[in-house]
Amino acid sequence: MTDDPEAFLSVRDLKVHFPTDDGLVKAVDGLSFELARGRTLGIVGESGSGKSVTSLAVMGLHGVGQYGRGRARISGEIRLDGQRLTDADPDAVRRLRGRQMAMIFQDPLSSLHPYYTVGRQISEAYRVHNPVGRAAARARAVELLGRVGIPRPDRRFDDYPHQFSGGMRQRVMIAMALVNNPDLLIADEPTTALDVTVQAQILDLIRDLQREFGSAVIVITHDLGVVAELADDILVMYAGRCVERGPAERVFHAPQHPYTWGLLGSMPRLDRERGARLTPVRGAPPSLINVPSGCAFHPRCPYAELTAGASRSTVPELREAARRHFAACHLPVADRDRIWEASG
Amino acid sequence: MPQRSTRFTLAAGSAVALAALLGTAACSGASGGSGGGTAAGFNAAAASVVHPSTAKGGTLRFTAAQDFDSLDPQRGYYGFMWDFARYYTRQLITYDTKPGNASLKLVPDLATSLAQVTDGGRTYTYHLRSGATWEDGSPVTAQDVKYGIERTWAQDVITGGPIWLMQNLDNSQKYPGPYKDPAPDKLGLKSIDTPDDHTVVFHLAKPNGDFEQMLALPEGSPVKRSKDTGAKYGLRPFSDGPYKFLAYQPNKTLVLVRNDKWNKASDPIRPALPDRIEVVYGSNADDLDSKLLNGEADLDLNQTGLQQAARVKVLRDPRLKASTDDPTTGYIRYVSLVPAVKPLDNIHCRKAVIYATDHKALQTARGGPIAGGDIGTNMLPDGVKGADTKYDPYGLTSNGGAPDIARAKSELQQCGKPGGFSTTIAVRNNKSAEVASAVALQASLKAVGITTQIDQYDGAQTPNIIGVPNVVHKKGYGLIVMGWGPDFYTGQGFLQPLVDGRFILPNGNNNYSEINDPAINGEFDQAIATTDADKAGQLYSDINHRVMQDAYYLPIVYDKALVWRSDRLTNAYTATSYSGKYDFVSLGVEGAK
Amino acid sequence: MLAYLVRRLVAVVVMLLVVTLVTFGIFFLVPKLTGGDPAALFAGRQADPAAIAGIRRKLGLDAPVIVQYARFIWGLVAGRDYASGADVTHCAAPCFGYSFKTEQPVWPLLIDRFPVTFSLAIGACVLWLVVGVATGVLSALRRGSLWDRAAMATALAGVSLPIYFTGMLALAVFTYKLHWLTVSYVPFTQNPLAWARGLLLPWIVLAFLYAAMYARLTRATMLEILGEDYIRTARAKGLAEPVVIRRHALRATLTPVLTILGMDLGALVGGAILTETTFSLQGLGQAAVRAISDQDLPVILGVTMIAAFFVIAANLVVDLLYAVVDPRVRLA
Repeated sequence: MTDDPEAFLSVRDLKVHFPTDDGLVKAVDGLSFELARGRTLGIVGESGSGKSVTSLAVMGLHGVGQYGRGRARISGEIRLDGQRLTDADPDAVRRLRGRQMAMIFQDPLSSLHPYYTVGRQISEAYRVHNPVGRAAARARAVELLGRVGIPRPDRRFDDYPHQFSGGMRQRVMIAMALVNNPDLLIADEPTTALDVTVQAQILDLIRDLQREFGSAVIVITHDLGVVAELADDILVMYAGRCVERGPAERVFHAPQHPYTWGLLGSMPRLDRERGARLTPVRGAPPSLINVPSGCAFHPRCPYAELTAGASRSTVPELREAARRHFAACHLPVADRDRIWEASG
Repeated sequence: MPQRSTRFTLAAGSAVALAALLGTAACSGASGGSGGGTAAGFNAAAASVVHPSTAKGGTLRFTAAQDFDSLDPQRGYYGFMWDFARYYTRQLITYDTKPGNASLKLVPDLATSLAQVTDGGRTYTYHLRSGATWEDGSPVTAQDVKYGIERTWAQDVITGGPIWLMQNLDNSQKYPGPYKDPAPDKLGLKSIDTPDDHTVVFHLAKPNGDFEQMLALPEGSPVKRSKDTGAKYGLRPFSDGPYKFLAYQPNKTLVLVRNDKWNKASDPIRPALPDRIEVVYGSNADDLDSKLLNGEADLDLNQTGLQQAARVKVLRDPRLKASTDDPTTGYIRYVSLVPAVKPLDNIHCRKAVIYATDHKALQTARGGPIAGGDIGTNMLPDGVKGADTKYDPYGLTSNGGAPDIARAKSELQQCGKPGGFSTTIAVRNNKSAEVASAVALQASLKAVGITTQIDQYDGAQTPNIIGVPNVVHKKGYGLIVMGWGPDFYTGQGFLQPLVDGRFILPNGNNNYSEINDPAINGEFDQAIATTDADKAGQLYSDINHRVMQDAYYLPIVYDKALVWRSDRLTNAYTATSYSGKYDFVSLGVEGAK
Repeated sequence: MLAYLVRRLVAVVVMLLVVTLVTFGIFFLVPKLTGGDPAALFAGRQADPAAIAGIRRKLGLDAPVIVQYARFIWGLVAGRDYASGADVTHCAAPCFGYSFKTEQPVWPLLIDRFPVTFSLAIGACVLWLVVGVATGVLSALRRGSLWDRAAMATALAGVSLPIYFTGMLALAVFTYKLHWLTVSYVPFTQNPLAWARGLLLPWIVLAFLYAAMYARLTRATMLEILGEDYIRTARAKGLAEPVVIRRHALRATLTPVLTILGMDLGALVGGAILTETTFSLQGLGQAAVRAISDQDLPVILGVTMIAAFFVIAANLVVDLLYAVVDPRVRLA
């Protein structure tokens, strides 16, 4: 994960602000990252940290169908395959949606239209971008349904979403997202609504398909466990900003930010016993209208006193703690390593 | 607060809408109306004939918000039905076709002359004109007259109509009516003889000076037995008048066309000018007014007067006002004072109520002098024999109708209630002017310490509520706001149901004060027995004085209605005999082709 | 499906029985409570108790209420005979009896009145659906815009203005001022153009009220639907916004509209009383008003049954349509 100009997806200083009656909601406030083809990025954070807002910004879904008030203000730059998406013609972005970049949503029941058959919904996604007839679209949809592991896809084509189980529905969503061979696949909490055994199946499916299709994948989750086996890189978000990012194994084994420690603490771990001694993050996520001064995490940080007041006054910058591993924390790297080791 | 402002807006809005409606109607009405005659002037038809004409042809168009109760001659009881019935029914005698009080004179119709009265006023003999025919061309016979009158006796089938003739002709026979009559010709009523086809003889058990008044009602119309359809007869009466039914669907359509079998020579009464008579039914009274003012119709069948919105418009514009008349309707609006409810058993308390009342305020509540009528002074309105509108024992019209607080207080003192008392005012909930009267009455009585609650009862249930003395007593109705119009213009028709003690009924009572004074009852007997109208008038005058002196009634107004008269109408005049309505049977239309 | 229909039809019959029973109950119980007697109303003002008893007998009001009810139901199913003296009239099924007031047979009266009310309801319905839904959708899509605010202010006026007021205003302007339209009922079968012209004004006035309600309902529902996840999915597919609105949002928006429509249409066929009164249209609503003020039981029962039938039928149709629109709904 370098600042590679050749990166397939590049996000620079992205800000997504929503004007509301109570004030300006800074949902995403200066986020940057890159993603190469064939790689998987896990974006992790609590709800309200700006993960989903980021993904919708990439998809260009903010502001679609919205007029006047409540409309998002977006700044910064998003490039997909070298093409600027920010400030681009909305219709051009629309034509990319579903074809070059596709998305899987959290709750497949509410995300599928209850009145149309799954087959029709998948065919529709195909036909928007491909000038083919009904029969060809059907064949393609049936093919995809088979690929995502739905038994007897030809018959299930004509079923409605409510006739599927939760896991099968998510497979349908995945089939719909993949129907145009997208180069970028964003999975927003793809397993949250599913039970544990089905979760694993879906995650396996996403991994297998990614290998097969060679897409770049962003997996958005509040649960580090989901991305543990899936992601090449991890990006941890807090209050609309990136607080840590780096290769997955680094983030898991030598996390550099107290917030990440907390997230690891709330993650059920089978592989390491010491995780049991980690304490989950206390308190509630901050308001995005009145973001705490300095380090936004400081009111919840057990180590804030160790920074001699810097965490209260100064916004920490992302600094490289190890190769390709960045964290935004006032604590000296040595102190962080010591605390992390001590907790283990 | 928002509620109030909404209501205000709506009220203001409705007023604007109505004003707009009538404003535009008036503009077009002026041009539309000028095609025919010219406006003859306000009240021109009250005393004289407007646009006298014998020109035939055209279509006379009525508007109607309310349909006939029944077109069956023996069943109709609405005043406008009686007026209308002369188009298709004839009686032995009828009212003269003259304006105003002159219309009260009885004249022969089917009969050759008024009755030969013999046997001390017990026997009335009529001879039928020759040439009177039914719409199938068959002659109208004495038997038809008898059969028609007999129908009234079938009170389970022929419901709703007046029963004056039945009361005066049954003579204890308990005749069951023609439908249950065992006689093959169904003419089993003994009190009516038909010695031949053109002679009818009535035998009364007791003389009744108003008997011919009763015969002049549609109740006295002949009905041809072979055409009698019983309860359904009102849907298609068989005509012996100048018009017959082309179509009738209640509340929807009514068209009369000429009865070509009617023989003009046999009928001295009916000019039969229009070729066709139509009724335009409507449920929106304001819209019907607009049709009248707009020239789309000629007059209101109901003759209840223009609605407030149209009234305001018409009275402001002299040109429009010239197309209206303001006849008295024969109705008297009054408050019954009920002695059965204490402390109104004390005459001084009753007098206190009368003196304390602001008569002007009650008149205003009724709609003011034009739409409401003149302040009433006693219980016999102008036109009835024995009436004297100058008789004003309580000075109701002095001081412009203002209350006499000093007299009221002194009467309260004499009643033993110097601080006042409390009682209940009963009023029909479906008559807004009566409710307004009750409110005005309440306000004026309050000034002398008489506190009242107003009980608005279900107006549709009137005979079952204030018509039941027990209910009146139980509910403590000390003051009852009501109105009364006579069936015929005599003291008997007017006063007897209201003040004769023998007319107190357990249900459907009209003598709300339950006056049962032997002197009054005796005077009625004398007045009715005589065939001398002047003598009867003297007796009725006396009864009126007694009722007023005993303070049983507080008259409010002698009712008036502001009615529209299209400029197309010819031969238009209002007839006291038909409660101030235009005499429908005489009307013609101008511009007829 | 067939079993479902049969079950629903049985329910309709049961409902109609209940409705007539309740109507009977109200008619006979309420006057008893106020001390009234319907027979007295049909007597003249001099009528004596014997005459009133005769009327009661003639109208069949002397029998126990339950017997009257049984006779009524029997007449509906098999017809019945009315005897007055020697004169026997057979009233064929479905026999609703004869009007107490006008002596007309009730069933032909209903048949005569029904097309008026039905025409009024259907025409107004088409108008308000088109205008109301279109306005609501546009308002939802242009939320906060001048159009939205103007449309919603107009809708508020439409909802709050009484129909008598708007009706009178419409008459004043279009009939008496401009002479564009006069209101009258011409049967559709006789002259479709005259039918439409004669009813246009009441349609507009009635539709104004309902369009206002439907615009507000559509707008609110549309806004809710536009926030649904599946709309986001549709957009994420790259569908153009008009397609998202038409194909995905509108269909879901129409479901609640359909529910309300069924009830409104059913109730309206039962009698658009105020509209009929304002425009003097002789429909079922007018018949109901007159019958109630005349205490004309057979007509009251007839109109009530027709109204109940259409409310129930409209709801049945809505339920069936619902199953067509929303595949999650099973008819069972």
